[in-house]
Amino acid sequence: MSRPASPIRAAAALAASELRVTARRGENVLVTLIIPPAVLLFFATTGLLPARAGRPVDFLLPGSLALAVIAAGLVNLGIATAYERAYGVLKRLGGSPLPRWGLVAAKIAAVLVLEVIQVVVLLVVAVGILDWRPSPGTSAGLFVVAMLLGTLAFAGLGLLMAGRLRAEATLALANGLFLGFLMIGGIVLPIDHLPGPLAALASVLPAAALAEAFRAALGTGTDAASALLILAVWGLAAAGLAIRTFRWE
Amino acid sequence: MPAITAEGLVKIYRSRKLEVRALDGVDLEVQEGTVLGLLGPNGAGKTTTVRILATLIRPDAGRATVAGFDVVREAQQLRSVIGLSGHYAAVDENLTARENLWMFGRLYQLSSAESRRRGTELLEQFDLGEAADRVVKTYSGGMRRRLDLASALIGRPRLLFLDEPTTGLDPRGRLGMWDVIRTLVRDGTTLLLTTQYLEEADELADTIAVIDHGRVIARGTSDELKGQVGGERIEVVVHDRTDLDRAEEILARDGSGQWVLDEHTRKLTVPATGGAGKLIEIVRDLGDAGIAIDDIALRRPTLDDVFLALTGHAAEDRAEEAAA
Repeated sequence: MSRPASPIRAAAALAASELRVTARRGENVLVTLIIPPAVLLFFATTGLLPARAGRPVDFLLPGSLALAVIAAGLVNLGIATAYERAYGVLKRLGGSPLPRWGLVAAKIAAVLVLEVIQVVVLLVVAVGILDWRPSPGTSAGLFVVAMLLGTLAFAGLGLLMAGRLRAEATLALANGLFLGFLMIGGIVLPIDHLPGPLAALASVLPAAALAEAFRAALGTGTDAASALLILAVWGLAAAGLAIRTFRWE
Repeated sequence: MPAITAEGLVKIYRSRKLEVRALDGVDLEVQEGTVLGLLGPNGAGKTTTVRILATLIRPDAGRATVAGFDVVREAQQLRSVIGLSGHYAAVDENLTARENLWMFGRLYQLSSAESRRRGTELLEQFDLGEAADRVVKTYSGGMRRRLDLASALIGRPRLLFLDEPTTGLDPRGRLGMWDVIRTLVRDGTTLLLTTQYLEEADELADTIAVIDHGRVIARGTSDELKGQVGGERIEVVVHDRTDLDRAEEILARDGSGQWVLDEHTRKLTVPATGGAGKLIEIVRDLGDAGIAIDDIALRRPTLDDVFLALTGHAAEDRAEEAAA
């Protein structure tokens, strides 16, 4: 009873199922598809940001993109996986012929598809409502790299929590971090406006790094290299730790 | 070659303060096409054993093979031929039964069409056809358990691990599950089933292994085990103390061993083979002799009896120890 090995197809099917599950849970749709555009619109139109050069949307769009990645990887993937583990679904998936790497690949693929949708939504809001246009310094390549490294970092953190903590703890921590990053992650408030010690902390966190990387990709930021480096370090550390400590039930 | 072999399995769980030997040298063997009932109280090591054999965790010592594959070195190949179903229904709540089965089918590398077909087949077999397109969140416990078992069968496994399949089900659910299990056995599937209930092992298993404190402490058919414990007994409470002598004679004649009298309760206990038939015979003989009785019962050995006989303590005490 041997079958030709095609874990790719199996992983694709699993990714499709993960997306289906995401679409069915209201709180997932809220945090991934509604909150980032809402944050963008709110802060861009109410002028609450400290005055700075350039239009608010130029600062906020990259921030919202970062927020979207955080929502997709850390919050959505992390919490869903945590509950899958709590309910034994992960155990069954882990006991299936799909190798472990295929399982992770499927989940990451689902996150990436979700992020594409998020980007489209945000761009539609930015272009259609806020009159945003890409500036001459825009780099699609850098954009993609930022998104991939950001996904690695935040999905890595999400899976690290899910594989180790109780589901309720992952739920609380993921949501807490989401809120924390929103405030000090350079997403709506530039980190140089934070008090000294907080600004120092914020500058090494992956959220601000991701927002900075998106800014560089969209032509309004400057330091892409160090931002990408910070993201890569977080990503590899989180992923490495997750691999070592992940419990399937 | 036996379908399942295990030799000296050890598993140790360490937390900050203490070390628990969940398995302390488990040996098992299951022949192909048969059912082994792994019987023991909570904390005995049943689930840990199943987890190791189903390649979910690795043993700290010892070896095991399932369907000829080593559970550590050839885990990946092994997973295509086994199914696992437990008392926590491991299905995704946000998907429908049909979607769950499709997903698992794809995981077992069936084509999309085959997954759908197999899913429909299983939905019929497990009486989930009507609810097939509602999300599992809306299902009752029994339905989720059936879906869990159906999911385990999606790849037509040769070997199935059932971890406490009826714990928590109501009596009707339990009987229904037993029927399903019997069908599987008829089709030649090898089954390793864990349970807390001797009755369930009785009903379903060809051989039983009793596990306690992470070790198999007894092995045999149901009758062999009960024999070790003294088998079935008939208890009679005689109404009138003056009838006791004659009642004792009757029991000595009809029963299959020495009777025992509890003076205080006027209760006579005698080993008996022949189940209900023997009970009827004794009732008739007591009636013919004009002996009035207050109570009469056929007592079958319970897991407690087996445990008392084998380990010197009741199964309950062991469970309390484990919980502490």
